[in-house]
Amino acid sequence: MSQVIASLQYSKEHEWVEVLGENRVKIGITDFAQNQLGDIVFVEIPQANEEVTAGQSMGTIESVKAVSEIFSPVSGRVVEVNSALEDAPETINGEPYSGGWMVVVELSQPDELKELMTAEQYTSFTEEE
Amino acid sequence: MEGLKRTPLYPLYEKYGGKTVDFGGWELPVQFSSIMEEHHAVRNRAGLFDVSHMGEVIMKGPDAKKAVQRLVTNDVNTLRENQALYAAMCYPDGGTVDDLLVYKLKEDEYLLVINASNIGKDVSWIIEQSTGDLTIENVSSKIAQLALQGPKAEEILQTLTSFDLSEIKFFHFQEKLDIAGISTLVSRTGYTGEDGFELYVDNADACSLWEKILEAGKEAVLPCGLGARDTLRFEAKLPLYGQELGKDISPLEAGIGFAVKLETEEDFIGKEALIVQKEKGIPRKLVGIEMVGRGIPRTGYPVYASGATLEDEPIGYITSGTQSPTLKKNLGLALIRTDFSKLGTPLEVEIRGKRVDAVTIKSPFYKR
Repeated sequence: MSQVIASLQYSKEHEWVEVLGENRVKIGITDFAQNQLGDIVFVEIPQANEEVTAGQSMGTIESVKAVSEIFSPVSGRVVEVNSALEDAPETINGEPYSGGWMVVVELSQPDELKELMTAEQYTSFTEEE
Repeated sequence: MEGLKRTPLYPLYEKYGGKTVDFGGWELPVQFSSIMEEHHAVRNRAGLFDVSHMGEVIMKGPDAKKAVQRLVTNDVNTLRENQALYAAMCYPDGGTVDDLLVYKLKEDEYLLVINASNIGKDVSWIIEQSTGDLTIENVSSKIAQLALQGPKAEEILQTLTSFDLSEIKFFHFQEKLDIAGISTLVSRTGYTGEDGFELYVDNADACSLWEKILEAGKEAVLPCGLGARDTLRFEAKLPLYGQELGKDISPLEAGIGFAVKLETEEDFIGKEALIVQKEKGIPRKLVGIEMVGRGIPRTGYPVYASGATLEDEPIGYITSGTQSPTLKKNLGLALIRTDFSKLGTPLEVEIRGKRVDAVTIKSPFYKR
């Protein structure tokens, strides 16, 4: 069973969103997603100051076997990047909700958060997948 | 997953944590624990694979030998009983129908082991091209195959049989060996670059053999999926049909010239075309590449000469690529123009629209 964290919000593309306050959110991929991908060996995430758009690709994540896109769950400007992932992408496998975070985004459309799922909704969503 | 074929081992996947995927119409485990762990298990200890999806064809009769020789690029005449041979089957133009193992069971009886995704096509081809006094039987659905691979493979398997396994040399086999009470064809072959065995049994015995081997191997053996099988064979530069080989790729281009015997008197389908290709100079070559810039090369990515402009044509493409679990480097096999194939040639791989620097390196990437 994959883990979910009650205080986070979730997208259909298996990203989690943590509201940090001041219109900022932290983004990563869920435990379910890392488990589906398997051993992660490469990530390419946006750089600071890049704009991201909800529902659109903001990067790439690669396991030994496959290449997948990372979809941004929100729109806004990237203000912080977890650059440690470049050399240690496997952190996402081990700590998807902590050390494996990807970016902090300053929201341009805070209302988009309402579109995201709660932990409970996400759990039933993954059970259907 | 509905409508997919399953092997006799299917009922055991869940017990060992197997995660299944659709692999050319088969529901097969891509991994049990993790591709990385399984890969290292095979390199350092042992791994057990279910490869029952592979196809088996028996050609039998007074003209069987002649018929097999006509189909395959390697020299069947040199093959003795209890010996196996790696070969390609070619079209008249030198393109590849499939790559396969030929087992000489008896002077007039041969077992051909072919790729799962090619069974239908291969069997039709074999029947179409064979003449004379022989029977051709597709026994794919009756035979299961397990592969026990890795430096500890012999030690583990030896605990299940009184036959001295060290007597079976590389690319040799023994039929009807008693392995844990199960009649098994034990072949010292594999698709991982390690020592090991491929074990052919009746479907009905497959689950029992799987359990017995895991029991015997204890911590030294790990159930392995197709993901690790792919990374292992990739590092050892063993071609995968559909990637390194195909109907538009000759075995000479794919780097398996050692399995193509053009000097012998025997004729085989495609021989003339391959002789011409060799005389004219083989146009493309399968080379190893290592990424210099950031990125992982993947199947189908275009490869360019270093400094090529946007208008320049690619010089080839990546056939397989990943981050090598053994070497921790981003590596690829690339089918490229021969004039760019020299070791140390700088190249560029197009990764999601970006040209990333790479260089040709020695391959196989891994040799035991």
